[in-house]
Amino acid sequence: MKVRIKFTKTGSLKFIGHLDVMRYFQKAFRRAEVEVAYSKGFSPHQLLSFAAPLGIGLTSDGEYLDAEFDAVDTSEQMLKRINDVMVEELHILEFKELPEGAENAMASVAGSDYLLTIRDGYYNNHTFFDKLDDFFQKEEILMMKKTKKSEKEVDIRPMLYALERRGEQIYMKLATGSVANLKPETVMMALCKECNIEYEPFGTMTHRLETYMWNPENENELIPLGAVGHDIMEPKREQVNE
Amino acid sequence: MRKLALDDEILLTVEKPARYIGNEINMVVKDKAEIDVRFAMCFPDVYEIGMSHLGIQILYDMFNRREDVWCERVYSPWPDLDKIMRERQIPLFGLESQEPIKEFDFLGITIQYEMCYTNILQVLDLSQIPIYSKERTDEHPIVIGGGPCTYNPEPLADFFDLFYIGEGETIYFDLIDLYKKMKAEGKSRQEFIKEAGKMEGIYAPSMYEVTYHEDGTVKSFDPIDEDMPRKIRKQIVMDVSHTYYPEKPLVPYMKVTQDRVVLEIQRGCIRGCRFCQAGQIYRPVRERDVNMLKDYAIKMLKNTGQDEITLSSLSSSDYSGLKELTYFLLDECQKKKINISLPSLRIDEFSLDVMSRVQDVKKGSMTFAPEAGSQRMRDVINKGLTKEDILTGAVKAFKGGWTRVKLYFMLGLPTETEEDIKDIAHLAEDIAMAYYRLPAEDRHGRISITASASFFIPKPFTPLQWATMVNMNDYKEKAHIVNDEMKAQHNRKSLKFQWHDAKTTILEGVFARGDRRLCKSIYDAYKAGCIYDAWTEHFQYETWLDVFEKNQVDVDFYTTRERDLEEIFPWDFIDIGVTKEYLKREWIRATQNQVITPNCRQQCVGCGAKTFGGGVCYEGKN
Repeated sequence: MKVRIKFTKTGSLKFIGHLDVMRYFQKAFRRAEVEVAYSKGFSPHQLLSFAAPLGIGLTSDGEYLDAEFDAVDTSEQMLKRINDVMVEELHILEFKELPEGAENAMASVAGSDYLLTIRDGYYNNHTFFDKLDDFFQKEEILMMKKTKKSEKEVDIRPMLYALERRGEQIYMKLATGSVANLKPETVMMALCKECNIEYEPFGTMTHRLETYMWNPENENELIPLGAVGHDIMEPKREQVNE
Repeated sequence: MRKLALDDEILLTVEKPARYIGNEINMVVKDKAEIDVRFAMCFPDVYEIGMSHLGIQILYDMFNRREDVWCERVYSPWPDLDKIMRERQIPLFGLESQEPIKEFDFLGITIQYEMCYTNILQVLDLSQIPIYSKERTDEHPIVIGGGPCTYNPEPLADFFDLFYIGEGETIYFDLIDLYKKMKAEGKSRQEFIKEAGKMEGIYAPSMYEVTYHEDGTVKSFDPIDEDMPRKIRKQIVMDVSHTYYPEKPLVPYMKVTQDRVVLEIQRGCIRGCRFCQAGQIYRPVRERDVNMLKDYAIKMLKNTGQDEITLSSLSSSDYSGLKELTYFLLDECQKKKINISLPSLRIDEFSLDVMSRVQDVKKGSMTFAPEAGSQRMRDVINKGLTKEDILTGAVKAFKGGWTRVKLYFMLGLPTETEEDIKDIAHLAEDIAMAYYRLPAEDRHGRISITASASFFIPKPFTPLQWATMVNMNDYKEKAHIVNDEMKAQHNRKSLKFQWHDAKTTILEGVFARGDRRLCKSIYDAYKAGCIYDAWTEHFQYETWLDVFEKNQVDVDFYTTRERDLEEIFPWDFIDIGVTKEYLKREWIRATQNQVITPNCRQQCVGCGAKTFGGGVCYEGKN
């Protein structure tokens, strides 16, 4: 059965790369001795697929991965078993079974929420909070985008779904995924340009709050990737056809 | 949340920040307030290399079993971080606590290869600990070295307070107890170093004085104080089945060189290849009990979640429980989808059967280490592997579906002639011919044979410690002769030859048989910017030559000079059990008689290791 797992990546583990996270899960599943499914062949490997790789240096409370399992306990038991062998800074929050035929996490990613904190000693006397609303009201926000071959101007405004002040932090909801993708630092660059402030690459700490997909029942609504799964209430074993 | 020693801006600037954050699975964290002794265990190379080292995992586990000790790890910062730490004067820190090493009680450094010597100085310097032992005060940690290179610690004598000669499991706790006692009594650093130096296996280099003959060779090596021992006896664990071994090894986040569970099945080697230092210094052979190994294999796999396990030893085929252990592991691992890797196995029916079960034969390769091309040369180095053994093994492997062969050789061996080295090409050709002579149904496409050659470096405590090295031009010439001969073979399109960098070899040769007069050059080379000498992209050969010249160090004195049988070697004060008399006999058998010597299980040849009272020397004699 296909399972969608939501996890965190915080603290010092923001410095480990995406492939490290994958190896971390593979090893954690073996330590927990859960029955994750393996590919066939000479070097069998676990069938894991991650939603939206998080850049090094970013933290998150809303990461997802899909995995195949041969057998599972209840969601509650699985959460406990797996978290018992994980570190606090990278642990799992949800363990849900996906319905038959659900699209995989990576293909369905459509958006993310971020919370940006201004780092001490950077952007002194900034005016971000005064300009946020005006900036968000703009019809077009042109930014240079570098590709492998050339540079071109792109309008990022359609990929910016929400932008607001939350206490001393900046909240933004952005397009994520293969169709449209906007990085929080690009928004910060644009915002700096708007405020006439020099952009500081280390000026903000970025935390992803949640990763979203389009609601299959309402194509204008973003729902958390975990919303399509359901909690497992009874232990379950996949029927194997020999 | 854990506070890191380096801020985000630094960690996001350097390559692979995961090297510096610690927090790995099975990392040990203790409450500082309840600790008496803080020990920093260092591997002076980059994290990925250091984390792959079994010895540190064993000692890390051992130290941390003591409630009054907290052992942490430290590795060499990569040059990118090195630069930042110098600019901002950030002291080097332990990965666990993220606190400066200079505040610790001990800094233990494992010295695995000569080319890491400048990295040792880097670690001291970045830790803000004086590089020279004599400049340290009671405020600084005790700097202690261990590992294979300490069997000739002299080129590093000025930088270490103490060396631990031998296996760490035996007397480290006594050393820590002594430290605690003397610290409580308010004794000074110098008093502790002296007392420690009286313990068996501990060498305090500052307590000894060396004089030299006019020709530069050692005249005398004496303690400056009469109550210091004249000989330092190596430490070894006799009962390797009932000793420390980690049940919960550390599991790194990033990919490291040895990213698997390592099961050390035995120590020592019965073979006695005459060039091999490990084969002599770890004598006698001591096997771990097969049931202990099975138990640890299961526990370590469970506690790490690793997907691969490997057996570690100098010659796994000689381990008497190998079949039982391997079939047990095959069974367990197939259930759990875990790979097994079995290095240093002789090619025979058993190993081919095992390998065909654990690897995809189409992708895998067969490895042989004949070390020399001709039988005469193999007899000189006591490599008991014949051409027939290799061809028989290879044909079996071909029939099993393997089509890739790797061969390892050395160039520059004592008594070597042009014919000997050309035989490297002939041996490769013979293997190719053996393949093409097989019936078509046993062949699977083209064969590929890769021969690699390194240059021979005479090492202390080997029968070849009296040998001369050849100079750089001769090395290159030898490599080209082999290469040309390869190209002259009928099956040349199936053969490939590659060779090791000769410059590194020369430097390794200098340090391997060096003395304490080299300390200054190592210091100067470090100050001139040499670090990571083991990494081709960082190795600055010209700088080293300059430094040697300025210090009037004659490279040839250490490398190509003929050594007299009666010469006192800088490392003679170390007692490894194996006697110098035996090594001399072997040297003569090698170069004059050119005969092989039976291995420990065939016949005891009285090497001296029996003095330890166990292991293979007493097998079947109880």
